[in-house]
Amino acid sequence: MNGSPGSNGNLLDLAAGIVGKALAAGATGAECVIAEGEEFSANVRMRELESLKESGSRGAGLRILIGRHTGSAYTSDLSTEGLRRLVESAVELGAITTEDPHAGLPDVSELGAISGDLRLFSDDTAGLTTERKIEMARAAEGAALDADPRISNSEGGSFDTNLGRHVFANSLGFAGEYRTSSCSISAVPVAREGDSMERDYWFSLARGVAGLEPPEEIGRKAAARALRRLGAVKVETQRVPVVFEPRTARSLLGSIFEAVHGESIYRNASFLAGKLGRKIAAESLTVIDDGTIPGLFGTSPFDDEGVPTRRTPIIENGVLRSYLLNTYTARKLGMKTTGNASRGITGNAGIGHGNFYAQPGDATPESIISRIPDGFYVTELMGFGVNIVTGDYSRGATGLWIRGGELAFPVSEVTIAGNLNTMLMEIDAIGSDLEFRGSTASPTLMIREMTVSGA
Amino acid sequence: MQLSESFFAARFGITEHDLESYLSEAMSRGGDYADIYFEYLSTSSIGLDESIVKSATQGVSLGAGVRVLSGERTGYAYSDDLSPEKIRKAARVAAHIAAGPAKTLSMPLHEGPKRNLYPVLTAPTETAFAERVELVKRADRAARAYSPHVFQVNATYADNLRQVMVATSDGSLTFDRQPMTRLNVSALARKGDGVPQSGHAGGGGRVGLDFFCGERSPEDFAIKAARQAVVQLDAVEAPAGEMTVVLGPGWPGVLLHEAVGHGLEADFNRKGTSAFAGRVGQLVASPLCTVIDDGTIRDRRGSLNVDDEGSPTQRNVLIENGILRGYLQDKLSSRITGLAGTGNGRRESYEHIPMPRMTNTFMLAGESDPEDIIRSVPRGLYCSNFGGGQVDITNGNFVFSASESYLIEDGRLTRAVRNATLIGNGPESMKHISMVGNDLKLDEGVGVCGKEGQSVPVGVGIPTVRIDRMTVGGTA
Repeated sequence: MNGSPGSNGNLLDLAAGIVGKALAAGATGAECVIAEGEEFSANVRMRELESLKESGSRGAGLRILIGRHTGSAYTSDLSTEGLRRLVESAVELGAITTEDPHAGLPDVSELGAISGDLRLFSDDTAGLTTERKIEMARAAEGAALDADPRISNSEGGSFDTNLGRHVFANSLGFAGEYRTSSCSISAVPVAREGDSMERDYWFSLARGVAGLEPPEEIGRKAAARALRRLGAVKVETQRVPVVFEPRTARSLLGSIFEAVHGESIYRNASFLAGKLGRKIAAESLTVIDDGTIPGLFGTSPFDDEGVPTRRTPIIENGVLRSYLLNTYTARKLGMKTTGNASRGITGNAGIGHGNFYAQPGDATPESIISRIPDGFYVTELMGFGVNIVTGDYSRGATGLWIRGGELAFPVSEVTIAGNLNTMLMEIDAIGSDLEFRGSTASPTLMIREMTVSGA
Repeated sequence: MQLSESFFAARFGITEHDLESYLSEAMSRGGDYADIYFEYLSTSSIGLDESIVKSATQGVSLGAGVRVLSGERTGYAYSDDLSPEKIRKAARVAAHIAAGPAKTLSMPLHEGPKRNLYPVLTAPTETAFAERVELVKRADRAARAYSPHVFQVNATYADNLRQVMVATSDGSLTFDRQPMTRLNVSALARKGDGVPQSGHAGGGGRVGLDFFCGERSPEDFAIKAARQAVVQLDAVEAPAGEMTVVLGPGWPGVLLHEAVGHGLEADFNRKGTSAFAGRVGQLVASPLCTVIDDGTIRDRRGSLNVDDEGSPTQRNVLIENGILRGYLQDKLSSRITGLAGTGNGRRESYEHIPMPRMTNTFMLAGESDPEDIIRSVPRGLYCSNFGGGQVDITNGNFVFSASESYLIEDGRLTRAVRNATLIGNGPESMKHISMVGNDLKLDEGVGVCGKEGQSVPVGVGIPTVRIDRMTVGGTA
């Protein structure tokens, strides 16, 4: 590949150069994203090294405007010829899209980046040898295998790192970049007793190695989770209180995000469309989107249109306060962008969240469970049965039955069903146990009543 | 085709000598086997919303992935730059999985037998955009014309053309040109100020644009999506609890994909983590069930001339009259277990390590009249369309979401019910199949299967079947 910039080439200049070429080719506006990444992954299974993967890659994405027509293109070929074709492809498509009065770049006044060290990059992984990384994967899996004789098999332990650089430039003069790092350890043990075989996992994710939970603890937690599923039964169909542990409550937050997503709102494809200012959830529920919290995985200095990230209350004491918007959806709705534009290298900017979480309450998970005579504590959800248009909710579930205020026995092969409109209003308890393991997070949530469908 | 006539030679000047030197580098520390997967992927997509073409994207991604096997170990590295020094570097990194003296290769490279299951002369990706833009516009018009209740239509057209080349240390060299096309339509309908409902449909395959000229026209998919949304407007709450479920033909074959397909992938079975491990020769389904995975069906979305390890795909019998016959193999599992390959080694791209995956998975037709099957059920649920599904291969539990279903009362379809998830246990549910229709149908060609973070296109199919007992996750 002739003319390819070296690995230390200035990507910021490259992005600005691509924008310049697009304007020269007839675009009236342009924005360019360049993403560069290095990945490493070590997997160990039954205490033996199973696989090692190590590589780097990069790509560029370009969106252009010709008046109010948009076109976009991407490439992993950053040679001179590859970039020429990138610009040509995007401009070509500007001729086939329809004029859209709301299409365009953000207003200049909206551009910018938040300042300060967001702690998105930690270089402590760079000093780790491959042997040390394999050791950590081995330690996590080993602790799971050693936890109990019933942990007789495993899908392995792993250690992964990702280093990234994210660059954005547009024709309004914005140019910015930031580096990110992440590392994670996980273990996936299999427990067996008689005819019952169950698998579960646990993981830790951080910007640097120093932020990870000890591998042995990850292995032990994964083992305990797999073991407590052994001998699961199907319960009778009934309506009972349902408690979502943080790992499954997160997915409810994911559904709330989809329901306040600007595209679903202007298309009237969300059960929350048109409900700003209305009470849509229990008074105890406050949901925040915050892209500014240092070190977390939903944090960045600017969004993928060059607009600063911010803290946006979504639901305050049960009242819907804001949707999440990029420039396009904001214009469609007559509102302002919330700095939530998000894209990979392909296509146009969609919408993503920052750190999207429910504020914790006062109750410990134990005290929430202790108040329930009969109920279902959900530890895993399966399938895609959430309809954001209607709020209808029906998913496969695994967990533990609550009897007399205690976790009594494992349950599987059942579904839980309801409608999100009602479920949000019937959040009767919120735990104090909020922790971030990714960019959506929730403490334990209890819903007054849902249909558990089983035998 | 000779290497010299291939896409990669013409475009990147790759020679046989280059390939041999990369493979030698990969085997320089004594691996048992190595391969290199070259990929050049061109994609285009067009998005229509609110009756206007809002987005259009085209792009290219290219690279090469080098894999080295040593015993049960895999080393993998890739490069998105096809220059010799970058590929050689990837080969060196992958080689580190082994520790020993260099191995010699079985050279020269020779080509395997050729065939073409998707003889598309001009791939849609290579055509002018105008014709493809017309497809989404036609879908929009047809969905809106179907009913005054339809108020939003979203149509997405996407195609790609993948050029691949696989060279292996045991001396094989394969090339393939893999076109893919797909049109998806979704519609929202509403009555007055009522709650909107949605419907989805789509189709495609390894086909040219003429695919959309016959009965699989944009109008056909648009009307299906619009009809589904309108039907949902009068739907009642789905029932809750165990009941008899009848699956309609076609896309509901996702049952097989989840209930048995994933559980029969050889990696899970050689590791003993699948609910089907060690059960070859045993009865795992009703004797009415014969389940096939076939990567050789012409034009289908899940078909491949060669899999992503360069092995020819084939027709594999997974379950025959209820008896488990075998697993889906990739090269690694087949080497470790000594079982014959099945041509199911697949990967999302050059950045990914291949693993056993399904192609087109379906159940052979039985003898029952579909009408008789419905008539046989006093009270139950008929599902004619599904959204996605998921499985826990270790305990065998699987789910799928019914996106269009009807109550069966006294042997007749009565009211439409709202979307609900159905849950079952793979080996158990398959034994509850008591009637199999004579109407096998394959899906329309929009399926995507995810496993360990890798997505690949797949197909499914099933005739009408009666399952005597399954848990339906409604609220009524």
